[in-house]
Amino acid sequence: MHPPTLWNWEPGQRVILSSIKCPEVCAWVEEPYASPDGEKLAMLASMGEDGFTALVNGEQWGNNFEKAWYPRFSPDGRLTAIVQQDGMWTLAVDGEAWEESFDYLWGTQFSSEGDVIAACIQSGGEYGLCLDGTPWETLYENANQPVLSADGQSSAAVVQLESLKPADLEGFAAGVYGVAVNGVSWGTNYMNVWTPTFDPQGKRVAAQVRTTLYDYSIVVDGKKWAGNYGCVWEPRFNPATGSVVAPVRVAGAWGLAQDDQIIWEPKFSQCWHQVISQDGKNIAAIVAPKFGAFTVVMNGKPWSISMPVVTDLVVARQGEVVAALGNTDNRGWRVMVDGKFWDGVWDMAWTPVISPMGGHVAVKVEKAGRQSLVVDGRVYPREFTKVWEPTFSPDGTKMLIRALDKDAFLRIVAEVGRA
Amino acid sequence: MGIQERLIEDVGLRRGVSQLTPEKIEKVVNAVLKGETGARLKTYAETCMRCGMCAEACHFAGSHPGDPSYTPAGKVHQTMSVLLDKKGRVDPDFVYGMAQLAYTECNLCRRCVHLCPIGIDTAYIMSTVRRICHKLGVTPQYMQDTAHSHASTFNQMWVKDDEWTDSLMWQEDEAREEFPGLRIPLDKEGADIYYSVIAPEPKFRTQLIYQAAAIMHMAGVDWTMPAQTGWDNSDMCMFSGDFEMMGRLKRQHFESAQKLKVKRIVMGECGHAFRSVYDVGNRWLGWRWHPVPVIHAVEFYWELIQEGKIKLAKKFPGPVTIQDPCNIVRGRGLQEKLREVTRFLVDGDIIEMHPNREHNYCCAAGGGVINCGPPFKNVRVDGNLVKAEQLKATGVKTVITPCHNCHGGLHDIIHHHKLGMELKFLSDIIYECMEKPEV
Repeated sequence: MHPPTLWNWEPGQRVILSSIKCPEVCAWVEEPYASPDGEKLAMLASMGEDGFTALVNGEQWGNNFEKAWYPRFSPDGRLTAIVQQDGMWTLAVDGEAWEESFDYLWGTQFSSEGDVIAACIQSGGEYGLCLDGTPWETLYENANQPVLSADGQSSAAVVQLESLKPADLEGFAAGVYGVAVNGVSWGTNYMNVWTPTFDPQGKRVAAQVRTTLYDYSIVVDGKKWAGNYGCVWEPRFNPATGSVVAPVRVAGAWGLAQDDQIIWEPKFSQCWHQVISQDGKNIAAIVAPKFGAFTVVMNGKPWSISMPVVTDLVVARQGEVVAALGNTDNRGWRVMVDGKFWDGVWDMAWTPVISPMGGHVAVKVEKAGRQSLVVDGRVYPREFTKVWEPTFSPDGTKMLIRALDKDAFLRIVAEVGRA
Repeated sequence: MGIQERLIEDVGLRRGVSQLTPEKIEKVVNAVLKGETGARLKTYAETCMRCGMCAEACHFAGSHPGDPSYTPAGKVHQTMSVLLDKKGRVDPDFVYGMAQLAYTECNLCRRCVHLCPIGIDTAYIMSTVRRICHKLGVTPQYMQDTAHSHASTFNQMWVKDDEWTDSLMWQEDEAREEFPGLRIPLDKEGADIYYSVIAPEPKFRTQLIYQAAAIMHMAGVDWTMPAQTGWDNSDMCMFSGDFEMMGRLKRQHFESAQKLKVKRIVMGECGHAFRSVYDVGNRWLGWRWHPVPVIHAVEFYWELIQEGKIKLAKKFPGPVTIQDPCNIVRGRGLQEKLREVTRFLVDGDIIEMHPNREHNYCCAAGGGVINCGPPFKNVRVDGNLVKAEQLKATGVKTVITPCHNCHGGLHDIIHHHKLGMELKFLSDIIYECMEKPEV
């Protein structure tokens, strides 16, 4: 069910599935996946010689397949899995396979609303994407790094436009890679292209390019920035202004460029994962002001706290809350919010979730094999075998907790102030 | 004698130097020296006493007795010393020889550091020479092609995205015939172990994936393999001198593990990739240490044995000898764990090569040398008579070596010298000897 305004936000706990143990009819069941609204729990199941199916709240799909993998719920709550039938691959959605099938299919993606489902395909040795089962009209010798626009109306990938002979240095130097948007190439070849990304409207595409072994830059809708850099990382569109912002490396140090103009002087040992608030007024990024010490920089100013590793940066819509995670050697995880550490050190932590109105932050954490949540710095008073990342209600007053308590799958709605 | 008297024709080197001018060379050399080096290189350059102690450290020198041009100091004398003395004012022909020497006559094995009275790291100097060669566009054809593959596919053998998971599923299918219920879990979030390999495994050594899956299955390990790029931990860009691409590869590798929230990365039996993830590539990105713990297969098997998770139905008939891979022994100190694992698996003696452990000689394939391809095969085979003699002196038929490059290098040496020895990965032996279900 989608959107979250339609979910059941009545506080309390419901047992959605009393046991996730393998039913006798199955040879084995695989990892559980929870639907976004917490109303369904799915697991792929081996039926022995009868192939594979999925169990949704314990009920088998009507169809079995030769193989099934990569189960994922769409944001609107449909269960998908990549399946093989008669040696061909396709996507099954709520148990029904697409009519189209391919020599191979992988990399399921969803639009933000979940109404469009995309995947990579290989057909007859040619590569591209398909949306809701319909492949691009033009396929390529290779296509990778696929991306779907937020509204699902456009897709893009890095494509190989010309063949290379074995160990073909000349061909590679001339450039054989480009970007195809909705299957149509920009028509410009580059030595390499990485991480094409759409703007929020799905109309424009920016990507990293390398035009020689040494010259890195950003290309936007097929037009390369005039400047070349020692290295670049993935570009992002400013949601409000449409400007393109990307980390760039100059003389061995990292900074940030916007539309080919330096906006953060290159002085960092590292600068990546920039996030721009929806109002376009705030830019945050993960940086290393000095070797081995990472932190978050907000509008050019680094936080005073640092950790050996910082990940999972998120920014509230208006930039009023910024959160990230720090760790030491993938242990000793700390939650970092607005330049301060929360209390608590964890064996693992997951990407912070900020409430839609920006007033609350929740983080899934793990310690000694048990999982729980930390909400606004306070530990939720209950541990679980497994918990999924939480979701705030649209008004931010409640929080959906999807959890396994021993073998039971629970759907809990908690009031945030009391969580 | 010197490198100019033994030049070998290579498409990549020839193409590169054909595009050079003395002015361009001078500019690039000085840009690297001024922008990317400092006290370390200056100290090495000014303190080498030309004592010759390093000569006996190098398998190339030992295999060419009486020719000082193969000694570590001799290699520096023919390359970096000239660049420093002439302040980069050298001609394209010099660059050809410099590149050939740096890429094919030094394995960056760091054995010579141990014998240098003042600890000069010739491998660092030769890496810097390679960096200059990369910036000049003068790299051997096959190594550069491997770097191109890395840049285009994030793996070293042009494996396309579908070929990766298809290979895993193929091996999973095969293994289920022998191990009912076996899985190669893809993208399993929160797994204890993220298992990473190098591209030759899905490309032509798929039995290693099969064996790893069998070991994980029987040991009851909570593990996963990534369905997306990042699965290949190898890194020829580190050796070609393309450090920007090296960083990109390591970022992809570590972030794919971070995204899955795994506890640790276990990597297969590869040496150079280990160097890239625990020492070089991670640090180019600004991490002091690796952001996710990386455990080499030797150490992982050792842990499983300590925990009683590997149970043998039989032992492998010895005696055997051990090839100590430079990057996990001199680089990480896994020599004793390697022997403890071997003793657990083998019924019979370990007949050591001499010298051994951290003083063992390189296979002559590492450091990217084998990736320079057919034109230079004889350079590394002839350049490692020392290894052939070491192997022959053991008198054994089986060589255990937990490293892909060592396998490639020793295979050619054994074949060339008709030594009649077989090579084994540890996983070959574990799989062969472990308890298996009755199907």
